[in-house]
Amino acid sequence: MMAQVTKELMIKEFKSYFKTPLGYVFLVIFLFGIGYLTFEPGRGSFFYMREASMSAFFRYIPWMFLFLIPAVSMKLWAEERKSGSIELLLTMPITVKQAVIAKFLASWGFIGLALLGTTPMIFTVGYLGNPDFGVITLGYLASFLMAGALLAVGGFFSALTKNQVVSFILTVVACFVLIMAGSPPILEFISTLLPKYFVDLFESLSVLNHFDSIERGVFSLSNFWFFSVTIFFWLFGSIVLLNENKAN
Amino acid sequence: MLEVRDISKSFGDFQAVDSVNFSANKGEVLGFLGPNGAGKSTTMKMITGFLNSSSGDAIVCGASVNEKPLEAQSNIGYVPENAPLYEEMYVREFLEFISKMRSLDSNKISSRIDDIIKMCSLKEVEFQKIETLSKGYKRRVSLAQSLVHDPKVLILDEPTDGLDPNQKHDVRKLIKKLSKEKCILISTHILEEVEEVCDRCIIIGEGKKLFEGTPKELKDKSEKGRIQDVFRVITTGESMQGVAV
Ligand SMILES: Nc1ncnc2c1ncn2[C@@H]1O[C@H](COP(=O)(O)OP(=O)(O)OP(=O)(O)O)[C@@H](O)[C@H]1O
Ligand SMILES: [Mg+2]
Repeated sequence: MMAQVTKELMIKEFKSYFKTPLGYVFLVIFLFGIGYLTFEPGRGSFFYMREASMSAFFRYIPWMFLFLIPAVSMKLWAEERKSGSIELLLTMPITVKQAVIAKFLASWGFIGLALLGTTPMIFTVGYLGNPDFGVITLGYLASFLMAGALLAVGGFFSALTKNQVVSFILTVVACFVLIMAGSPPILEFISTLLPKYFVDLFESLSVLNHFDSIERGVFSLSNFWFFSVTIFFWLFGSIVLLNENKAN
Repeated sequence: MLEVRDISKSFGDFQAVDSVNFSANKGEVLGFLGPNGAGKSTTMKMITGFLNSSSGDAIVCGASVNEKPLEAQSNIGYVPENAPLYEEMYVREFLEFISKMRSLDSNKISSRIDDIIKMCSLKEVEFQKIETLSKGYKRRVSLAQSLVHDPKVLILDEPTDGLDPNQKHDVRKLIKKLSKEKCILISTHILEEVEEVCDRCIIIGEGKKLFEGTPKELKDKSEKGRIQDVFRVITTGESMQGVAV
């Protein structure tokens, strides 16, 4: 069970997205952006593919997330450290671990809400043909899990600096590397430096590969573990980092 | 109720607080004085469990901050230096959030906040956003925040800094009123404040405790009864005519 303090902090953090324009700006850009990319009459777009599926939609999700997730995560700790309110928060009876989890879940919930906002797509596709709803559900699951992993990364970089812009930029770079880890140019580059073993390791760390495999309708436990471990690892990093530098 | 045992803090090889000892009981207001950079805020951050001490411990109502931080923290009300708040929240909403974080009974929260709002004269701004408040109001919201759970120990880091004379007076009056039931540690740069509200005071300089005693004892060290002269002699180490420390 979640402790009361964790729950209360999570609720407050979730609501805080709607206290500044950030939450609304994010939702508008995300929903219009993904809608435009999906239906835009270019290659690989919804109409071009001539099939009742949401694969065009899911193909753009990682790239939308690459820029929008860091915007959601950048304030998590940086703002709190800059204003000094972290002193207020962490002198209440709450542990750093609980606080990290609460903030992470709040941001994840916010992205969950954004994904819910795209569900009219499902009805559109369902109206136009006979899509595989199982695959669509898995696509949403994959998107949500990937969002969790990237938010955990973003939370870590937000805890690293007091400056939200720095936090944003570092998160974009880190997310880009994680998403692209399995792509041929990057793998080639690494294979010139490191032995094959590391290349395989790096490839297995690719967020995009795991995302693609779920989104194609192949959900294996290893994908699930990959996202869980990634989230756990970065949250753990945030906890260690905050214990070190919360007062600086 | 509050016992600080040989607490020290070093940042790298800089010793910010060096084996500071003191204790305070219920009904007592302990003044915490010292020049800028003496280590007052750092000591308070360690007592409240925000900073880990390099060595030593603080015992709050029987709970060690090192070993049982959550238990110690639940008995402390804290006004940090510069009174940071969640600026985007409304005053009442903020106090509700703090009450929940402090695990107050949910059906008692509303009436408790009414009391606190009255106590800290926040009625006019109850539904205003914190970022739009004047400095004085922000200080009072911070004070209100430290009181919601009726803590046994209050740690106030320069609570009257930046307030106008009337508000300073009001806050001191409130502190005096609260002191009957609580143990209060208050840091300040205003020496009259010490005479007015503190039962005892401690002076630290460069991390070390230099003086402990009543404000009267401090004052009597100067023939002219000028407390600022005594403070100067103690903290700078220079000698001054008519002051014997
Ligand atoms: N995180 C930190 N890293 C390095 N040095 C620090 C840190 N925090 C405080 N210090 C140093 O410790 C010393 C004591 O600082 P502290 O804030 O406790 O002083 P203070 O007595 O509260 O002063 P003031 O009256 O100005 O508020 C200062 O020299 C300060 O520069
Ligand atoms: Mg200070």
